[in-house]
Amino acid sequence: MSKENGVIYRISGPVVTAVGISPRMYEVVRVGNEGLMGEVIELHGDQSVIQVYEETSGVRPGEPVVRTGQTLSVQLGPGLLTKIYDGIQRPLPELEKTMGVFIKRGVDADGLDLEKIWSFNATAKAGDSVSSGDILGTVQETKTIEHKVMVPPGVSGKIKSIDSGDFNVTQTVCTLEEGAEIQMMQKWPVRTPRPFTKKHAPEVPLQTGQRILDFLFPLAKGGTAGIPGPFGSGKTVTQQQLAKWSDADIVVYIGCGERGNEMTEVLDEFPHLMDPKTGEALMNRTTMIANTSNMPVAAREASVYTGITIAEYFRDMGYDVALMADSTSRWAEAMREISSRLEEMPGEEGYPAYLSSRLAEFYERAGRVETLAGGDGSVSVIGAVSPPGGDISEPVSQGTLRIVKVFWGLDAGLARQRHFPAINWLNSYSLYPPSLDQWYRDNIKSDFPEIRTEISALLQVEAELQEIVQLVGSDALPVDQQLTLEVARMIREFFLQQNAFHDVDTYSDLKLQYNMAKAILSFQEESKKAIAGGAALEDVVNVPARTDLMRGRFESGYEDKIDEMLEAMNKQIADTMEAN
Amino acid sequence: MTGKEYRTITDVKGPLVFLNKTEPVAFGEIVELRLTDGTLKNGQVLDTSDDQVIVQVFEGTASIDKQTGIKFLGDVFKLPVSTDMIGRILDGAGRPRDGGPAIVADEMADIIGAAINPYSRQSPSSFIQTGISAIDACTSLVRGQKLPIFSASGLPHNDIALQIARQAKLVGSDDDFVVVFCAMGITAEEYNFFVHDLERTGALENACLFVNLADDPAVERLITPRLALTAAEYLAFEHDYHVLVIYTDMTNYCESLRQIGAAREEVPGRRGYPGYMYTDLAMLYERAGLVKGKKGSITQFPILTMPGDDITHPIPDLSGYITEGQIVISRELHQKGIYPPINVLPSLSRLMNAGIGDGKTREDHKSVSDQLYAAYAQGRELRGLVAIVGEDALNERDLQLLKFADIFENQFLRQSRDEDRSIGEGTLDYAWELLSNIDTKYLVRLDQKWIDKYHPTDKKE
Ligand SMILES: Nc1ncnc2c1ncn2[C@@H]1O[C@H](COP(=O)(O)OP(=O)(O)OP(=O)(O)O)[C@@H](O)[C@H]1O
Ligand SMILES: [Mg+2]
Repeated sequence: MSKENGVIYRISGPVVTAVGISPRMYEVVRVGNEGLMGEVIELHGDQSVIQVYEETSGVRPGEPVVRTGQTLSVQLGPGLLTKIYDGIQRPLPELEKTMGVFIKRGVDADGLDLEKIWSFNATAKAGDSVSSGDILGTVQETKTIEHKVMVPPGVSGKIKSIDSGDFNVTQTVCTLEEGAEIQMMQKWPVRTPRPFTKKHAPEVPLQTGQRILDFLFPLAKGGTAGIPGPFGSGKTVTQQQLAKWSDADIVVYIGCGERGNEMTEVLDEFPHLMDPKTGEALMNRTTMIANTSNMPVAAREASVYTGITIAEYFRDMGYDVALMADSTSRWAEAMREISSRLEEMPGEEGYPAYLSSRLAEFYERAGRVETLAGGDGSVSVIGAVSPPGGDISEPVSQGTLRIVKVFWGLDAGLARQRHFPAINWLNSYSLYPPSLDQWYRDNIKSDFPEIRTEISALLQVEAELQEIVQLVGSDALPVDQQLTLEVARMIREFFLQQNAFHDVDTYSDLKLQYNMAKAILSFQEESKKAIAGGAALEDVVNVPARTDLMRGRFESGYEDKIDEMLEAMNKQIADTMEAN
Repeated sequence: MTGKEYRTITDVKGPLVFLNKTEPVAFGEIVELRLTDGTLKNGQVLDTSDDQVIVQVFEGTASIDKQTGIKFLGDVFKLPVSTDMIGRILDGAGRPRDGGPAIVADEMADIIGAAINPYSRQSPSSFIQTGISAIDACTSLVRGQKLPIFSASGLPHNDIALQIARQAKLVGSDDDFVVVFCAMGITAEEYNFFVHDLERTGALENACLFVNLADDPAVERLITPRLALTAAEYLAFEHDYHVLVIYTDMTNYCESLRQIGAAREEVPGRRGYPGYMYTDLAMLYERAGLVKGKKGSITQFPILTMPGDDITHPIPDLSGYITEGQIVISRELHQKGIYPPINVLPSLSRLMNAGIGDGKTREDHKSVSDQLYAAYAQGRELRGLVAIVGEDALNERDLQLLKFADIFENQFLRQSRDEDRSIGEGTLDYAWELLSNIDTKYLVRLDQKWIDKYHPTDKKE
């Protein structure tokens, strides 16, 4: 390998062709005098085609290309959490230290801090037989997360020695009889899924605190969801809400080809936001990958793999991991750009023919699994999709919708009306409720699924009535249908709308969601009675206590007051009968 | 390296020249072409290999023949930068256009511009008052934001951009903006309009112009904004200036991009534009912002005209996916004689929340803005309904909202080209006054505490 004399033959943007080496597919190579990092993506006669993860301007044919023998891998071990990386796991703060605020090239940086000392607490002991994925010990990685040090895949045997104590990630903490030495750091090639024992059906919801998501279109732990929407419709805000409030143990947030400022926002905000579950800063459970739109496209292509590999690694420890990728369309575009430089035969809209299989492979890495160690872990994947012109008939949206089980369809019209989250309740769907309903009955309320059905049914009826209203105006409808419209409006304005930027409204737990939904149905019930008793619809709808009930959701302690407010509303509604 | 001149052109196609048998030439290297009549042209390497080099010629390939000599200059495109650029007018390739001396370089800056490390960015959060109510109230601009104007031909986007350039200020600070203006393929008339206005208000002394007009080489447009942004970065991050970059018209830029793609026979993306247009635009738009440890900032106002007034056209669409909101100019409002004809409904400022509120603008700003939106949106929707069923079918609430839509357009939006409204009295108080045409019980987006404090008739003494 070292005798090979590789040189650059051609450079076309991020794609470089080399001759004089015969590397393996997906092997990492060093390109040019500056040793830019690249990955072999095609072998073609005596030519190796390489995608380069850094800017190539100024590089010339004839410069050297050197093999590394490695495939593109990430470093896994204590120190991943609270970090922000670029698409190929270079820590951005390290890059700042070596090259200032602008990202220059030709700089290497380890994904993990190799010097840092961690206190390793052995849980296995000498004489134990261990195999791939078994847990050897723990490290308190952040205030809230205990890192499990595992036997790397492919290694097994009887423990000869293992010690608790202070180690850095490259020091041996455990030796096997057969001689294998295990360190806290392991490496894993990003394009290969990490192994597990078997996949389970998802049956626990990923609670997000977002009413429309949890109540109407829930995602299961280990499930997959797609959020397509035109620009400015709320993909990023939704993803960030999930990163903040979902009840996952670990969050991996991938900013894939999107804005720099959005990543800065997360970095600024998360250390100050409190995890409702642990009372500690959300940053403790978060890893971020930021390969923004103006950073090299090849590294953007790699970023989703880097992210999902980290997610799987924490899953293997038995954690529930939620991964957000914003936006998978930018990843697909990176594939398209590279593919067109390779002069591959294009498929639909210029995307490579393998687009949909790449999408499927990616989402397939989600799931709830029995880990090699015998525990239960999950990776939930939520991918944003940015369809051109907001039209989801395009290949990335369609490829995604064929795979994911939850579709949160963002709607430009709703966003324009400032109805947030702008998720269209008529065309969005989740295929999980049948497998989750038992959980809701056991953990929230026995009639939870029925209440959900009633709420969705009302929204459907409203849509039909609205068509008539468009033609004749609402006054032409019979009073019971007018009431239905009012109830549906209450669902939309009070329940579905949720302000991500409001301290209180930003999060509602499932119990509160259930109570709010019940309050709406109760309003319908009481109003029907009152109207039947002679009250005017106008009076019923305008009882002040209803406004209080609705505005109350912006006050803290709402969950304790809602019952009382509901009673007050019901009473005032009943009183409208007497007034007549 | 700069010595040898090659005469090995094999093909010329559109703006591209293909040649072979060269020394190893760098990707992105700058090229000088000497035509047989002695004319000089410039270009840049787009593809390079041992066998073939593809050069994009900025001035177009007219008159190039196989005898044309090509010299590789050994370096990528760099712009001489210095604070002396302020007050100067340069052409689309960075050469003086105002008859003044060449810029004496304080530094030679690579025009591609490295990406700002996301970790090194600082979140923009200082409100910029533009004095235009529609923008200040509903799509507030903050320092370091990239907020394009989505317009269409025949609409007064230039007036709005100039009004912003004139009036933009940070409330309670005397930091001034330096304007970097970048023209791409606009007409001489439009250009004169800009220059005349900047001269009239004395702003030209505080501006640096890069000018590529409609009859200048189209391919040059691909570098003009990069030059402008390179200058902006230098001024902002080396010399602490707050820079406002106005560039117009992005649509012409994208047309040039499409032309290069076609000449290279690339597989086109939507409507013939290159598949990498998103990334290419991002490399411009993302050069806005603030960075840690530097005092200056870059705020961007790209102007683009939507072909066929279509917001889903790839140019506005891809821009909207990158920028931090957009200000949408409406033909309908323009035809009603309203200036500035800003349609606030599809307009958006993503960074607004960070820049408004107590201590920045006013505590009630968010509430007022939400309420204005909601009421105007519903009012406009009702116009459609009234057209079918007449006003009689409306209830009291709907009637008030319907009327409010007119009030909003004719009083809140409408202001003159030199009217500079302050955020407090000029804009927010005015909004309250206009909202008082609607019964308080229908103003559901307003917090009660703000109603108590600011509502003109509900005001408690
Ligand atoms: N749940 C929400 N609550 C309040 N405001 C919201 C919510 N969701 C979205 N918004 C508003 O919509 C704006 C745009 O949202 P966001 O940035 O998430 O859009 P996007 O779909 O990611 O757009 P792009 O594709 O351009 O990145 C936000 O800046 C915010 O003003
Ligand atoms: Mg987004």
